Amino acid sequence: MSTTAEVNIDQEVHHDEHHDHEQGFISKYIFTTDHKMIGKQFLVTGIMWGLIGVGMSVIFRLQLGFPEMQLTWLKPLLGGWISETGQLDPEFYLALVTMHGTIMVFFVLTAGLSGTFSNYLIPLQIGARDMASGFMNMLSYWFFFASSVVMMTSIFIETGPAAGGWVVYPPLSALPQAIQGSGLGMTLWLVAMVFFIVSMLLGGINYITTVINLRTEGMSFSRLPLTIWAFFLTAVIGLLSFPVLFAAALLLVFDRSFGTSFYLSDIYIGGEALPNMGGSPILYQHLFWFLGHPEVYIVLLPALGITSEVIATNSRKPIFGYRAMIGSMLGITVLSFVVWAHHMFVSGLNPFLGSVFMFLTLIIAIPSAVKVFNYLTTLWKGNIIFTPATLFSIGLVSFFISGGLTGIFLGNSVIDIQLHDTYFVVAHFHLVMGSLSVFGLLAGVYHWFPKMFGRMMDEKLGHIHFWMTFIGVYMIFFPMHYIGIAGFPRRYYSWTNFDAFSSYTDLNMFVSIAAFVTVAAQFLFLFNFFYSMYRGKKAPQNPWRSNTLEWTTPIEPGHGNWPGEIPKVYRWPYDYSKPGADKDFIPQHIPLSQTPESNLDHEVELAKKEVADKTADAKSDA
Amino acid sequence: MFNLAIGLGVVLLLAILFLIFRISSLIGVAKGDTDKLETSSNKINGAMFLVFLVGTGFLFFWYSFKEFENYNLPVASEHGVEYEFLFWTTMAVTGVVFVLTQILLFYFSWKYQYKEDSKALFYPENNKLEVIWTFVPAVVLAVLVFTGWKVWTDITAPAPESTNHIEIMGYQFAWGVRYPGLDGELGNTDYRVIEATNSFGIDFNDKAAYDDFIPREMHIPKGEPVTFNIRARDVLHSVFAPHFRLKMDAVPGMPTSFTFTATKTTEEMREELNDPEFNYEIACTEVCGRGHYSMKLTLIVDEPEDYMEWYAEQESFLKRNPEYLSKVPTELKEVALLKTGIDNKELD
Repeated sequence: MSTTAEVNIDQEVHHDEHHDHEQGFISKYIFTTDHKMIGKQFLVTGIMWGLIGVGMSVIFRLQLGFPEMQLTWLKPLLGGWISETGQLDPEFYLALVTMHGTIMVFFVLTAGLSGTFSNYLIPLQIGARDMASGFMNMLSYWFFFASSVVMMTSIFIETGPAAGGWVVYPPLSALPQAIQGSGLGMTLWLVAMVFFIVSMLLGGINYITTVINLRTEGMSFSRLPLTIWAFFLTAVIGLLSFPVLFAAALLLVFDRSFGTSFYLSDIYIGGEALPNMGGSPILYQHLFWFLGHPEVYIVLLPALGITSEVIATNSRKPIFGYRAMIGSMLGITVLSFVVWAHHMFVSGLNPFLGSVFMFLTLIIAIPSAVKVFNYLTTLWKGNIIFTPATLFSIGLVSFFISGGLTGIFLGNSVIDIQLHDTYFVVAHFHLVMGSLSVFGLLAGVYHWFPKMFGRMMDEKLGHIHFWMTFIGVYMIFFPMHYIGIAGFPRRYYSWTNFDAFSSYTDLNMFVSIAAFVTVAAQFLFLFNFFYSMYRGKKAPQNPWRSNTLEWTTPIEPGHGNWPGEIPKVYRWPYDYSKPGADKDFIPQHIPLSQTPESNLDHEVELAKKEVADKTADAKSDA
Repeated sequence: MFNLAIGLGVVLLLAILFLIFRISSLIGVAKGDTDKLETSSNKINGAMFLVFLVGTGFLFFWYSFKEFENYNLPVASEHGVEYEFLFWTTMAVTGVVFVLTQILLFYFSWKYQYKEDSKALFYPENNKLEVIWTFVPAVVLAVLVFTGWKVWTDITAPAPESTNHIEIMGYQFAWGVRYPGLDGELGNTDYRVIEATNSFGIDFNDKAAYDDFIPREMHIPKGEPVTFNIRARDVLHSVFAPHFRLKMDAVPGMPTSFTFTATKTTEEMREELNDPEFNYEIACTEVCGRGHYSMKLTLIVDEPEDYMEWYAEQESFLKRNPEYLSKVPTELKEVALLKTGIDNKELD
């Protein structure tokens, strides 16, 4: 069995070496099938989208913090969207909010996070030469790219991009009479999302197949790093929920363009009664949130997986409760599909269903709590090295607590009556979903940059970047809780029409300033990222003294990852600070039989078996 | 010229920053910092976590107490009191967890920062601990769910017979209000007959519609159940009355409702807040287009007697717009005239 595998590998290696010579620029950097390059493509595209998404938030934070401000200086950029009197157009404000949400949720935190790290790390950490299908993987990136082009185009058209909120609820999103953005902008939004879904499905199928089939010898599911578990479950969630968004989008296309009435009924707009009858806007909400809620976990789980790996490595301790961590991720995966209607408590949903979904929603808090306690226990009595990645991971756990706890308010249907669609919700999901996932992404970049580019990022800049961002994020989103409890609704261009919401101009200004400082801090990261790519210190073989397999590849791994045989795996990935061992880490490819001094009771037996297997193999070879 | 100066200034600043960065990284190399793990920056980062904990912890408590009156809107409905109880119970429970876990997180980070001579504890699992911290949150959450569920069933229970039905219709970008008139029954509507004047699409084939009135101001009685019959005629809207802790979407094609009882009149609230200008407001909380942020409706809560008086004074839609009598089927004309109180002679 093992011999045939080796023969295959040898052939493959030979084949790949042969390939390397003729690889031109295009096949290496553009239409590449190498999972590492595809991961980097996702990363760079994601960072670019992140800049655009964050840039949009700067513009609308200007409006919210300084409503009286003259914005004529933005005219060269925004043209007609700035009025004669130097004010931002209210409809364009909605477009900005909509695109900010769409870009950040899908293009940055789904494609940029899971696209980057699933692609980059799955083969490296499970010991595979590449993804199961390199070609599909390439398609996945290029569908994402096509989607990006379409979405980008929609920003520049005359009627503006989609403007009905990132959830694009019909009828608003179906009727160009209702808002300009629902014209061509919405059409392009739907087209882009269709490409995007195709990209995610191609990627997801690949991740799942690769994890199931291409693990190296000895890499059982119970020895997978938690990153891989997280990417695997993320892909499963995506594969099951994205097609539902596809269906929702398709029906919306029909309603918009072909006169059907899936979502439309009893509408009088623009001086005429529309012929549509019998449709239900609530149907769209169900379909949308059937993806929309699992989507939260699609962006959350990879970040949590990365954190588990980074915290364990840098506190020089095994992750506490490895099995409980997997169990809670499995729990979250299953439950993520049965909580969607908590976004719809006040949508006119049957109150009985509301009770059911409140119950299910609060159950999902339990596995989340378990994860937090396990992170805390991992840090306890560790020996923590504050690399930038560690700092971002600790920050992530802090957001997970802060943002997770406010979920208990919103998951309670009674409390949601008041807080639904207020700034409390904005604060909640920006902490637990937005900032948490961004921190996961940043932690991942800082941690795996040496593997990706063979160089180290500057640590001090990383530290400054972390503190500015961490404090900044709390200064932006924590005050929003107060504003939300006071009832301020989201997606408001201005609050001055209402006596009830006319206070807190000072707090809104404070939030805006905090946002600008935090955004400015991201340029430190950008500089660090691109500068270190070319001028950073050369990376050592295993800079973080980590156990996982990717650090056994050459410093700059080529096509096929390992020049020789793929290493075998003999232990779980978290043998840090094992009693008896001379070093504080034992990588996964070190056989138990080589570390008799540190083996635990049950491992002594396994070590014996290892030796017996080896001799048996040697005999059969002879 | 001024722009050029700013541009030059920025370039200069960036150049200086870059120089500082280069010099400090070169010094780092010269010192050999990079090969050591127990560096000064590790100590600084550890200490920063404590500073952060104390600093933001102080801000959090200080601001939460100082601003309490400002962000905690006064309650003016019966179920609002129960809402407040649930909200603040949840706040207490999560608040304790929040403070404890954040303290542990930052304290551990500082306490267990890297030291050359110490070794981390190999502590991979403890099933007892896992069971405890699965079970305890489960129990706490179960209690929260069940109290929430009881209040939820109360709030969403079918409206009592005696309730005052009032229709609220959302459209771009305002709210329309329709009362059932003396018969206490809202007449049917049909979106296909909507016109500039008949903006509700009142269906004059329905007898119940003849005495319906559309007032200039919205009034509701204190201490009596009121049911908002909510609908929308173009896109989604959402009725949000923050002081009543009330919110319900307005959906085209699917009527929704919310039943509540107001507990304080507008006058009483003005006295309580010491603000003679105070008014209850309804806002829209479901994005509906350009004017989403300006969909305001003022709502006046009266003593029941005052409400009755105001109610009786209102003229029905048909009386104000007698041209719509032509839409009433001939066999119902008599009824229409009776119910609206239009004098036959006036018509001639």
